[in-house]
Amino acid sequence: MGALEAVILTIITASTPLLIAAIGELVAERSGVLNLGVEGMMAIGAVSGFGAALVTGSPGLGILAGIGAGAGLSLLFAFLTLTLAANQVATGLALTLLGLGLAGLIGEPLVGQPGVKLAPVVLGLDVLVFASFLLTAAVAYVLFRTRLGLVIRAVGTSHHSAHALGHGVIAVRYGCVMFGGACAGLAGAYLSLAYTPQWIETMTAGRGWIALALVVFASWRPWRVAIGAYLFGTVTILGFYVQASGIGIPSQFLSSLPYLVTIAALVALSGKGTFTRINTPACLGQSFVPDR
Amino acid sequence: MKKLLGGFLALAMGLAIAGASAEDKLKVGFIYVGPVGDHGWTYQHDQGRLALEQALGDKVTTTFIESVSEGPDAERAIERLARDGHGLIFTTSFGFMESTLKVAERFPEVKFEHATGYKQAPNVATYSARFYEGRYVIGQIAARTSKTGIAGYIASFPIPEVVSGINAFMLGAQSVNPEFKLKVVWVNSWYDPGKEADAAKVLIGQGADIITQHTDSSAPLQIAEAQGAHGFGQASDMIKFAPKAQLTSILDNWADYYVERTKAVLDGTWASGDVWGGMAAGMVRMATYTNLPEDVAKAAAETEARIKSGELLVFAGPIKKQDGSVAVEAGKSLPDPDILGMNWYVAGVDDTLPQ
Amino acid sequence: MRLVLERRTESSPRMLLLSPLLAIGLTLASGAVIFSSLGLDPLLALAVYFVEPLSSLWSIEELIVKAAPLVLIGAGLAVCYLANVWNIGAEGQFTAGAIAGSIIPVMFHGWQSPAVLPAMLLLGAAGGMAYGAIPAFLKNRFGANEILTSLMLVYVAQLGLDWLVRGPWRDPAGFNFPQSVAFEGWQALPTWGGGRVHLGALLALVAVAVLAVVLSRTLRGFEIRVLGRAPRAGGFAGFGRERAVRFCFLVSGGLAGLAGICEVAGPSGQLQPTISPGYGFTAIIVAFLGRLNPVGVLLAGLLLGVSYLGGEAAQATLGVSDKIVRVFQGILLVSILACDTLIVYRIRIVARIGRT
Repeated sequence: MGALEAVILTIITASTPLLIAAIGELVAERSGVLNLGVEGMMAIGAVSGFGAALVTGSPGLGILAGIGAGAGLSLLFAFLTLTLAANQVATGLALTLLGLGLAGLIGEPLVGQPGVKLAPVVLGLDVLVFASFLLTAAVAYVLFRTRLGLVIRAVGTSHHSAHALGHGVIAVRYGCVMFGGACAGLAGAYLSLAYTPQWIETMTAGRGWIALALVVFASWRPWRVAIGAYLFGTVTILGFYVQASGIGIPSQFLSSLPYLVTIAALVALSGKGTFTRINTPACLGQSFVPDR
Repeated sequence: MKKLLGGFLALAMGLAIAGASAEDKLKVGFIYVGPVGDHGWTYQHDQGRLALEQALGDKVTTTFIESVSEGPDAERAIERLARDGHGLIFTTSFGFMESTLKVAERFPEVKFEHATGYKQAPNVATYSARFYEGRYVIGQIAARTSKTGIAGYIASFPIPEVVSGINAFMLGAQSVNPEFKLKVVWVNSWYDPGKEADAAKVLIGQGADIITQHTDSSAPLQIAEAQGAHGFGQASDMIKFAPKAQLTSILDNWADYYVERTKAVLDGTWASGDVWGGMAAGMVRMATYTNLPEDVAKAAAETEARIKSGELLVFAGPIKKQDGSVAVEAGKSLPDPDILGMNWYVAGVDDTLPQ
Repeated sequence: MRLVLERRTESSPRMLLLSPLLAIGLTLASGAVIFSSLGLDPLLALAVYFVEPLSSLWSIEELIVKAAPLVLIGAGLAVCYLANVWNIGAEGQFTAGAIAGSIIPVMFHGWQSPAVLPAMLLLGAAGGMAYGAIPAFLKNRFGANEILTSLMLVYVAQLGLDWLVRGPWRDPAGFNFPQSVAFEGWQALPTWGGGRVHLGALLALVAVAVLAVVLSRTLRGFEIRVLGRAPRAGGFAGFGRERAVRFCFLVSGGLAGLAGICEVAGPSGQLQPTISPGYGFTAIIVAFLGRLNPVGVLLAGLLLGVSYLGGEAAQATLGVSDKIVRVFQGILLVSILACDTLIVYRIRIVARIGRT
């Protein structure tokens, strides 16, 4: 394998989980729901996917379990924020705590077990890499070319008008939140089945938060999320390359580079008056309680 | 409500009394920095604890608290065990040093054993293992088996223990091939499979066909396995993660030490001190040599035997530093305090040591 | 059948008090279920978890030590969240405060005078404020989302501390191990009693008292509450959103920084690569559990302290995994958020009729 090929392959596997998680969160946010629990849902997805694959021997079933677990946890979030109209930011944080804690507790007997690896299909890439792009294309299509997408965006832009037009605001949001949860769970399962086939509590390592930042960075546009995910993956991996080539930059600085780049990107793209403002779902983070 | 609370208190007291019935046995406590299932550092300490129960189960009971963060929480965790009537407490991470000493001062009758530290007290002994001896052996194996002549080293934190490991590896490799190259990546973590895997991929991408690590997860070995490279296990035997890639593994073995020190407390002969055991003491062992040509495995076993007998000293001169200056003169060997505080690279390491 | 929320004409004062108790009850019930699924006697396990930490003088002292930083940080965060300013990077401000406050004992180790400690505390608070000012500035100047920027800065601060203690601030006599020199004499916080209760506990009480007065008795407090509840109304009243963002981040950052230097100069006694077991994040729960009210934060901080200590007790006595702590904290926060709905809404179950 050539050196360049190796770099590209590494970057792709580092970027894929970010892309999957971020695209799911994008759909939830487009419907007006800010779910900060991505990290927790990823952890639950990772542990469930790993455990299911270990028990059944099938990575495919592991992936399904990851998706199911992520969606399941997001259902709790949806119930609290949509049915009970709880504060979305706080509930998202609670979901992160609960997800990480539960994943740690469930996963205790799984620590240190060699897992089942999702085998690559073409060019050293696994099927989920291709799936992540299909997912991006599908989300872009549905959001901007179909009636369903129109309804989702309407609900996120003005829930009162959407409600007045007869759309089921709460039902649409339930669907979008659970789609986001399923994607986060899938991203988690990618970590524990394809990225490093093993389970450890800290394996999500803040990727859920990066995914959240990517959505803002991408100003809620699916293909920009893909660009952002790959940009972030590249910065992370190049940090290791700079180190391995023996240049004496403090490794802590290189490790913090992806975070600094994210902040810089957020600043550059949230500049007042740019299109970010226009794209931001106007009802993002607001509870909706229908007046009868 | 009051009644309920009373019930709780009664239960809690009952528990304390239940605890007291085992009073004639010596209670031995362990404080771990990671989860017992990490398959690395903490896992091996816990294996030592289990061996202790096996050996002296009729005379001791053991307790452990895992995933204790290094800092103010450690002091409370240690004090909890001391207050609970433990007679001997092992604190198994460097970061527990100050906490151990503070608690030891308040509980002079309790004996403490602190791993990898350098400060002793009348009731605090320290112990550690000469892991670098094992790294010399794997350095030789690397140089003998590598086709590209480049190894990748995934390092955690630039503390002396890790730096001396890198140097020992390099000296071993150079004893076979003076032109051998070593690339180092610092991941700033003891346990982060994702980062360790990325680092392994990067190193392999840069031409390394041997991966070694001073981090605790098996992720680098898994990457080596997937990409047709080879590697070495860390702390415990990781062969089941990489049946084709693992060449051998440096094993930490605390069992004998834990049994010996516990016996000393039972006999009343325990005294503070500092033990730094290597292969000779059985604290550092090598896992089975596998996936190797016969002659390489044989040479490795010979080196192991020579280190064990004391015939071969890893840091024997002449050793040059990276900048070309003399670190150890010919005919001399680096004294222990210098190894314990090592903060320089030997010549040939392709990295700048974080200062 | 479905749930329907009906807005109450005004918040129910009964529910305001009942809701946290209900949430604690829910948490205890979930705890009992979890413990029995782990094969333990649930009552005994709960007793070890929640009662043992209160059963001796030593553990009560330890509880105060544990709760002090949580209360200090949580009180500041309560102000933020009241105003709908989402600072979730208190962990980073805590670290920045610890670093800034340590400048004196590390770089001027020989300086001993009664002025040292106040100077350290001031520097610590200033460091936290400066670090908190970054997301506030980025929010006000560029509109960058403060949730994400403050969180990203946590990682940066922790790596910065890591670099300092492994590099320039390393104890020269410490065999290159990653820790600073030990703080001595006037550089260490005074303690009371036989244990580790330190000045930070007193500062936490002062912070709670001051913030309680500011929020309920001053124009600034009124401004914050109005902006939080109805941003547009606040705007009409002439209350600036930007000013509120700045104020909230400075207050919460300063308090987090103060907590940071207290932790380092108190229980730790030196800088280490890791100085916090996630106080900055746990304090978010503290703020919500305390109903975003400083006095409530004080009680909530103590309860969360119990959850940490209880986790250790359960591990040492019953062999329960330490993961249970985070599960409990998560369930507690989920329950409190769910129960809070009852304050503003009345929940009714109705037969399904038509669509929403």
